[in-house]
Order: sequence, then C-alpha cells, then structure tokens
Amino acid sequence: MKELRKKHPLATRWFHWINFPLLALMIWSGALIYWANAVYRVGLGQHTLWRMTLPQPAYKALHMNFRLAEGMSLHFFFMWLFAFNGIAYVIYTVLSGEWRYLVPNGHSFKEAIQVMLHDLHLRREPPPPRKFNGAQQIAYTAVVLMGLGSLLTGLAIYKPVQFAWLSALFGGYQMSRFFHFWLTVGYVLFFLVHIAQVVRAGWNNFRAMIIGYEVVND
Amino acid sequence: MTEEMKEPVDEQPAVEVDVEPEVQVADSTDVDRELRRLTRRGFITSGIAAAAAVGAYTWLRSRPPIDGVEWPLRRVLETNERLAKAYFSRRRLNPTYPASRITRPARINGGVGLNAEYEVASWQLTVEGSARGPVSLSMGDLRRMPRRTMTTEFRCIEGWSMIVQWAGVRLADVMRELPPPTRDGSRPDFDRPNRFVRYVAMETPGRGYYVGLDMLSAMHPQTLLAYELNGQPLTWQHGAPLRLAIPVKYGVKNIKRIGAIRYTDVRPADYWAERGYDWYAGL
Repeated sequence: MKELRKKHPLATRWFHWINFPLLALMIWSGALIYWANAVYRVGLGQHTLWRMTLPQPAYKALHMNFRLAEGMSLHFFFMWLFAFNGIAYVIYTVLSGEWRYLVPNGHSFKEAIQVMLHDLHLRREPPPPRKFNGAQQIAYTAVVLMGLGSLLTGLAIYKPVQFAWLSALFGGYQMSRFFHFWLTVGYVLFFLVHIAQVVRAGWNNFRAMIIGYEVVND
Repeated sequence: MTEEMKEPVDEQPAVEVDVEPEVQVADSTDVDRELRRLTRRGFITSGIAAAAAVGAYTWLRSRPPIDGVEWPLRRVLETNERLAKAYFSRRRLNPTYPASRITRPARINGGVGLNAEYEVASWQLTVEGSARGPVSLSMGDLRRMPRRTMTTEFRCIEGWSMIVQWAGVRLADVMRELPPPTRDGSRPDFDRPNRFVRYVAMETPGRGYYVGLDMLSAMHPQTLLAYELNGQPLTWQHGAPLRLAIPVKYGVKNIKRIGAIRYTDVRPADYWAERGYDWYAGL
C-alpha cells in the first residue's frame, strides 16, 4: 500500500536549509581570507603532492584577488548567523529526541561499512530502511562535531590572546588556523559525497527534505 | 505546518523501530492528492525563502560603504569590537617563548610611510594631548626608561605569523610620565583606565602611515615602544628608530617609525581601517 510517512521535522528542515547558504558564505569568505596566505599542502615530508592554492588565472577568473578585508568583514558578520543556527539546531535535536536517529550506536560502524560496500556495488544487500543508516549517522554526527570544531578553532584564531588557552589547546595560533582550514576542506568533501548520495537516493528522498514526508510502498 | 509542531517529543521511537506513519490515507488517489498538496506548499515556501535570502544578500552587498565596507558589515565589525572590548583584560597576556623559538630572519612586510633616506639622527618623538602639551622625546629619553624585552608571536592580518623578540619601553610607562587627560577632568588614575580619553593615535613622520588604538590596548603591559628586534637595533625596513610592538593587535597596528603619539577622545583615523579593515583589529 502506498502511503505518506513523516520523515524530517519542520525545524530540522529549516535548520538544514538555512545552514546551507550560511556555510557556503563562510567557506567563500574564508577562501577570500585564505587567499592572502594560502600556505597549506598535501604531502609527506618535503614531498608535496598538492598545494592547497589555485593558479593565478583561476584566482583571477573567480575574482578572488585582494579581497582579504571584504572576506574578513563577511566572515565576522555571517559567523554569528552560522553559529546561532548551528547551536539552535543542536539544542532542538537534543530536546526533541531527534538525536536518537542521528547519533551512531554500536552497530553503526559495521553497518556503515556494509552501506559503503553496497554503494560501491560490492554487496547486494541494501542498507536497512531506517531514517538514517549507520553511514549517515556517522557522517551527520561528524559534520555537527566539525561545526563545533570550526567555531572553536575560529575563536582561537579570531582572539588568540583573549582565548590563549583555547589557542594552546589546538597547539597554538598557526595550528588553530591549520585545523580551521582542513575542517573547511572536510565540509567540501562532505558536500560532494552528500550531493552524490542525494542524487542516487532520488526524488522521493530529496522531496522529503523539503516537504517533510516521503512516499512509502508497503 | 502546525500539526508538525505538535508532535509529542517523548514518543520518539528507538532507532531500530520504523517510524509510524502519521498520514494514513485510504487509497492511492488520496495519497497522490495529499502528496501534491504537500509538495506544492513545500516548494512555494522554499521558493519564497530562497528569494528572500537572495534579496537580503543583494540588499546587504549593495549598501553604501563606510570606509570600504558596506555599512551593515561595518556596524557588525563595530558590534564585535564592543564585545571584544567588554571582554578585554590587561591581565590576559600573549604567550611568551624562549629565544630558541624566534623565527629567523624576521619577515619584512609593509613599507607604507617609510623611506630609506630618512635621517634617523634628526628623529624625535612628539607626544601630544597630555596636560604638559606637546612634548618631544629623544631616543636618549626613552632609553633611560625601564627597558623591557619580550618574545611574542607577531600575527599579520594576512594569516602568517612569526615569533620575534622585542626590546623597548612600555607605552604604559611613557603614559605614566605623560598621562593622558581624563574624560571627566579627574586626576589620572591608572587603575581606572576607563576614565581616560578613549584613544591613542600614532603616525609616521609626514603621516604616510597612521594607526588608531583603543586606550586599554595601548596600556596593555605587552605594548612596547620598541627600539630593538631580535637583539639588534631596528633597521629602517623594520621601522627605525622606534616602532610599536603591540601583540594584542594584528601586525597592521604595529606602526613603524613612530613620529607622533596623540591622546584623544575622538576615534583616530587608521590607514587600513580606511581601506575596508576592522578598526579594532584586536586579538
């Protein structure tokens, strides 16, 4: 029998869709800031595999040159909205009990591997028909913790003297900046996988994130 | 959408249990009709929200700028400044490092207001705004004051940083000799710094570069008028003969070759704040 089933609460959907442009703006303004000192790389020892920077023509095409001041003022404007939305989401998720679907449990890790094998066409059995499977639980909980990490490393860079203890906790000012940057790379990777999975899961799943209900055929 | 809000919070099923259907409809035509209604409603709401977001951002970025930044962004920078000032304490210090941690060589960055031909021998520091009126100080006057050294992290607003050792005199010590005026005309009391006028302005000879500082940051014990960097007298590129070392601020506030210091209750102009940066730039 075909029926409509509630999937995502209204509040969760608002938090999600408000977060999306805010995180995008934080990443964009962060990139304008990073441009001024684009020092990070992927490599081992002296051997650099990949410099985390763009060639000058790419920066030029994206109009990213010499926009440090603009990037900072945007970053220090939208940080409040990004932080408030994220904190409100966590409070809601805890108080509403929604966290029970989200937080990984003992089975999540094994299940996450099974889900991954299925997605890679190495395992026939589909993921369990729960709201969030083990892989989703781990990914969605991790990205919330990453958000907390970004707020804390961000504060450690923003006020490294007033919050010198926090800066020290991350290994100093430069290490705070290092973690802040790589967390951002983490969001970009999360986003790419997330989009691929949403496309794969199809319209019914995506629509549920807009209207709250999914169609279920029993 | 109110029915969703009434959802009882304590009836959340455990993870293992399937979600109970909330909307049960008898036959599939009813399901399709209900789905169409929900979809239409959801996407209209989303469309309005997305348009509102784009509209708000477009509005924000098209506001007339104040010193190179759209005024709402400038206002938020100033709000952030008020919060930072409320939290600021002269007792919170920069970490200090052993000499072995010094970054060598010290990076040279920013030459606005400097020129190689400047006659350092003719240099004098003018302090304006104290009860004694404009006072000129020589290097000799400053060297007779207590010498302080500190090895701290110098953080450029661009994102890089280095560890440098400074030697010089505390700006707070100069201020005790030449106290800033108070806002209410009371006697200078360094335990009540909020009674002083609120700002200190500094500029290079000829005012090629100039910075504004809030009084509390200026009085911070790690704010030095420095004449040595890493054990050597300052070179002209580092701001000979005297520069500001203020590690509670970004590098842009660490003005080189200070020609004049002025106490004022009017927020001083600041070279980089006029070019879109935060005026406070406090760390």
